[in-house]
Amino acid sequence: MTISQPPAIRLTNLSRHYGDVKAVHQINLEIQDGEFFSLLGPSGSGKTTTLRLIAGFEFPTTGSIALHGQEVADIPPFSRNVHTVFQDYALFPHMTVEQNIAYSLMIKKVAAAERKRRVGEMLEVVRLPGLESRLPSQLSGGQRQRVALARALVDHPRVLLLDEPLGALDLKLRQQMQVELKSLQREVGITFVFVTHDQEEALTMSDRLAVFNEGRIVQVGTPFEVYEQPATRFVAGFVGTSNHFDGPLAEQLTGSAKMFTIRPEKITVSEIGTPSPPGAIQVEGTILNAVYMGMQTRFLVRIGEAAEVTVTQANLHAANRNLEALRNRPVKLSWDPQYNHVIHE
Amino acid sequence: MSNGAPHPLSDPPRTWIRRLSTLLFIRPRLMLFLLLTPPLLWLGIIYLGSLVALLVQSFFRLDGFTGMVVREFSLSSYLELTSIPNLEIVFRTTVMATAVTLTSALLALPLGYTMARSTSPRLKGMLYLAVLLPLWSSYIVRVFSWKMILAKEGILNWLVEQVHLKWLLEAILSLPVIGGSSLSFSYLGAFLVFVYIWLPYMILPVNAALERIPQSVLDASNDLGARPWMTFRKVIFPLALPGIVAGSIFTFSLTLGDYIIPGAIGNSSYFIGQAVLAHQGTAGNIPLAAAFTVVPILIMGVYLTLAKRMGAFDAL
Repeated sequence: MTISQPPAIRLTNLSRHYGDVKAVHQINLEIQDGEFFSLLGPSGSGKTTTLRLIAGFEFPTTGSIALHGQEVADIPPFSRNVHTVFQDYALFPHMTVEQNIAYSLMIKKVAAAERKRRVGEMLEVVRLPGLESRLPSQLSGGQRQRVALARALVDHPRVLLLDEPLGALDLKLRQQMQVELKSLQREVGITFVFVTHDQEEALTMSDRLAVFNEGRIVQVGTPFEVYEQPATRFVAGFVGTSNHFDGPLAEQLTGSAKMFTIRPEKITVSEIGTPSPPGAIQVEGTILNAVYMGMQTRFLVRIGEAAEVTVTQANLHAANRNLEALRNRPVKLSWDPQYNHVIHE
Repeated sequence: MSNGAPHPLSDPPRTWIRRLSTLLFIRPRLMLFLLLTPPLLWLGIIYLGSLVALLVQSFFRLDGFTGMVVREFSLSSYLELTSIPNLEIVFRTTVMATAVTLTSALLALPLGYTMARSTSPRLKGMLYLAVLLPLWSSYIVRVFSWKMILAKEGILNWLVEQVHLKWLLEAILSLPVIGGSSLSFSYLGAFLVFVYIWLPYMILPVNAALERIPQSVLDASNDLGARPWMTFRKVIFPLALPGIVAGSIFTFSLTLGDYIIPGAIGNSSYFIGQAVLAHQGTAGNIPLAAAFTVVPILIMGVYLTLAKRMGAFDAL
C-alpha cells in the first residue's frame, strides 16, 4: 500500500440531521483499501445511517464523502461503485437465484453466456452450487444470506457495505458465517464495511473498528486497542464489560484518584490470605452472587460500602458446583496494575 | 399453598357456555364446520345457484310465435348471439372495458406508488380519502352529475371556452367513433365516466401490492446500478402486477356488466348490460339475456387463464 493512494472511504465533517435529530454528527473517518472495517454501536447510534450515506440512500446534511478520492456526496447510489448486503437480504422475490445474482450484470448488459458463467462462479464462492433456479422463498435464511453476498460481489465492487447481515441467523450459523465472511474478504481483497451492534462480532472480524455513540464516533482503532485501551467510559462499558474505579477507592488502590477501568477477566478471586505475586493490587470484598456460565464463572463482589466489581474466572478445573454457598463469603481480589487503564474524560 | 383446599387440576364445566367453548376448543373441525356453513350456504345456493340457473336458462329458447319460453335444450339463443348486431355489442363492450382497464392501471400505478411510498402520514391519509370519498355517494348521482358536467351547456364546455380551447374539443369530438355531438353523447364521454367510476377499484389493490414491497428491495435495485426507470421495469412493475390483475378483474368485469353509464352518457348504441336489461325486460327473451350474461363470464375466464399463464400471479 503506497502512501499516496487515497483511502477507500474518507468521511469529512459528515452530518445527517432529521429536523432536530442528529442521526450522524460531524464524523471524520478514513477506511483504507482492503480493510475489514466495522461500525459498532448500540441501535440509534448512527452506524446504519453512516452506512446508508456511504451507499447513497441518504444524502448528507453537511460534510463530504469521498470514495477512492472521488467526491460522491451528491451522486446517486446507482452511480457509485459500492454494493450493499442488507439486513433483510432484500432479494427480489419474483426472480430466481440466478436472476438475483445476475441483476447488476443484466443492468450493465453483460452477454447472457458470460452472465451465466459468472453466476456459476459466484455460487461456487458462496458454496451454493446448483441452486440457480430456486426462488428466494424456497431458501433458508443462511442460503438467502449467501445469495445476497453473491449478488453484491458478482460485478466486483471496490467496496462492500454490510448492514448487520448476520443478525437474523442463529448463533451457530452466525459464527460459521463470521469465519466465512472474513475469509471471503481476504479472497476478494476488497474493502468491507460491516455494521454491527454485536461487540464480539466486531472484535473477532475487523482489522479496525469505529465505535459509535449518539451520532458520533467515540473511538477508532484495532480490536486490541478498543478493548484494552477504551477511549471513554462508554467504550469500556459497551465493548465487553469493565469495572470503573475513581475517587477515594481509586486512590486507595493505586495512589491516584484518576478514573481507571479494569476488565473482569484480569482479576483473580482467591481465599483471604492467599499470597499474591509481588506488586499486585489486592483488595478484600464479599461475594454478592456467583453465576455459572459454562466456560467461565462470573462473580459479583462488593468492596467497601458501595463499589461492586464483576470478576470472571475461567473454569479451568472442575467448577464449584455449589455456587449458592459462596454467597456472602469474604474473598480477596488481586490483579496486575499494568492492566489498569486510565480514562481521561 | 401448603394449607387450605388443594388446588383443583381443572375447572369442572359449570355452565353450558363453558361446556360449548370447551367442546369447540377440543374439536377444531366442528368449529370450522360451524364457521363455514353460513357463508358456504350463501355462496353455494344464492350465488352459484343463481349462476347455474342463468346458465340453464341460456339453453332454453323463446317461441317466436307465442313469445313464451320453451323449456327444452336448444342452442338458439347462442345462435342469435352470433348475429352481427349482437356481436357488435359484445365487441363494443369488450373494447370499452379494455380501454377503461388499461387507463385505470396507468393512473393507478403512480398514485398507488405515491400512497405506498409517501413518508408523510398526512399526505397518505389525504390520498386515501381522495380515493375513497367518491364511494360514499350514490353511484347513480355521480353518473348523472357527470352528465351535467359533460353536457354542451355544462361546466367543462364553459371552462374549455374560457381558456380558448373550444377548437381542440371540437376537433376531438369530430373524430370518428369516439366523437359525437357533445362529450355527454359520445363514447369518449362514457369512457371518461367509466374510468372515473371504477378507478378506486384499481387503485386499492395496486396500492396494496406496492405497499408490500420492502424499501430495502428498491434500495437494492438502485444499489446494484439500476436507474429509476429500470427499477420500475424490473422490480416495481412485476411486483405490482398481481395488484393490477386483481384491480382489472374489477374494472373489466364491472364495465362489461354496466348498463347505467352507457345509457346515460354516450350515443344510443347498446352495451352488454343494456342488451341483457332489454331482452329480459321489454323483449321478455330471458334465454337470450342469459346467453348475453355468459359472455362476460367467458371473457373473464379466458383473461384470467392468460394472466396466470403469463406469470401475473407468480409474485403472490
